[in-house]
Amino acid sequence: MTEVDTLVTPEMEQQKGVWGVETVSFPISESDIRKWAIAVYWPETPPRLYWDPEYARTTRWGGIVAPEDFNPFAWPVPTGKFEPVGAVPGQQNQRGGNLLNGGQVDTFGVRMRPGDVIRSRTRLSHWEERHGRNGRTLFSYMETEWRNENDSLVKRRVATIIRY
Amino acid sequence: MGAQLYYEDVEIGQSIPAFIRETDFMSWNRYAAVNDEFVYIHMDEEAGRAAGQGGAFGMGNLRWAYVLNALRAWIGDEAEIREIALQFRAINHKNDVLRTSGVVTGKRQEDGENIVVLEVNVLNQNDEKTAPGRAVVLLPSRG
Repeated sequence: MTEVDTLVTPEMEQQKGVWGVETVSFPISESDIRKWAIAVYWPETPPRLYWDPEYARTTRWGGIVAPEDFNPFAWPVPTGKFEPVGAVPGQQNQRGGNLLNGGQVDTFGVRMRPGDVIRSRTRLSHWEERHGRNGRTLFSYMETEWRNENDSLVKRRVATIIRY
Repeated sequence: MGAQLYYEDVEIGQSIPAFIRETDFMSWNRYAAVNDEFVYIHMDEEAGRAAGQGGAFGMGNLRWAYVLNALRAWIGDEAEIREIALQFRAINHKNDVLRTSGVVTGKRQEDGENIVVLEVNVLNQNDEKTAPGRAVVLLPSRG
């Protein structure tokens, strides 16, 4: 692949610091939380706090809560054409078409519970370009806020997206 | 559920028990299923090679979950995880045996909260530090 001058696009310049359209989750169900816990603890039995309502009632939380990393925005109803992210088998990849999760910082507020409806908004905070082992590499920092139906902060995240 | 940890029981320099997993498509596919994370680089060896990573590789956010699991097991159900930060510095290859690490670097009482700060990481079977970071937890007090 040939080197490019920059991976920063005019769209990024326009979007910098601007909150995107708010998205709203479907109501969280006990079953969503149980499946999440099973997946992240596999093959161990997950903690009862995530699937046993009788036990969860005895804790300070008074009922089942979700693990801090639970994602209520998984499985939106597809409304457009599916476009895969990152490298695709059998296709020549474009420069800048590779994506990696570079890491994140999360600050947690109130716990997520069954019945909660979470609202999310995200903005491109800033970016920097460096030369890495894969050539020119773009580090973009995305800021996301989640709030529940009481407008209480659930989570604030600053995520690093690596593009090369 | 683990035993409840109290602020008074924590000492600076203390290590927390590791959360250990051998990772492959059994763990990655389950995570993909709950997170709706169907990305070829996590599902297909050819796509992983095309991305320059040698083959399909695991999700950073599954390592994130492993660190949370280690913290949760250590602090008990009555405590809170306030903050976590990780940098995903190395790839999680198929059949890696990952283990979390956590060392207490600070503790303080502030505004009625009992705060403990840890340096955390996820190491592979070669002791490579794949995800350095920090975490902040809030613990109940015996007082």
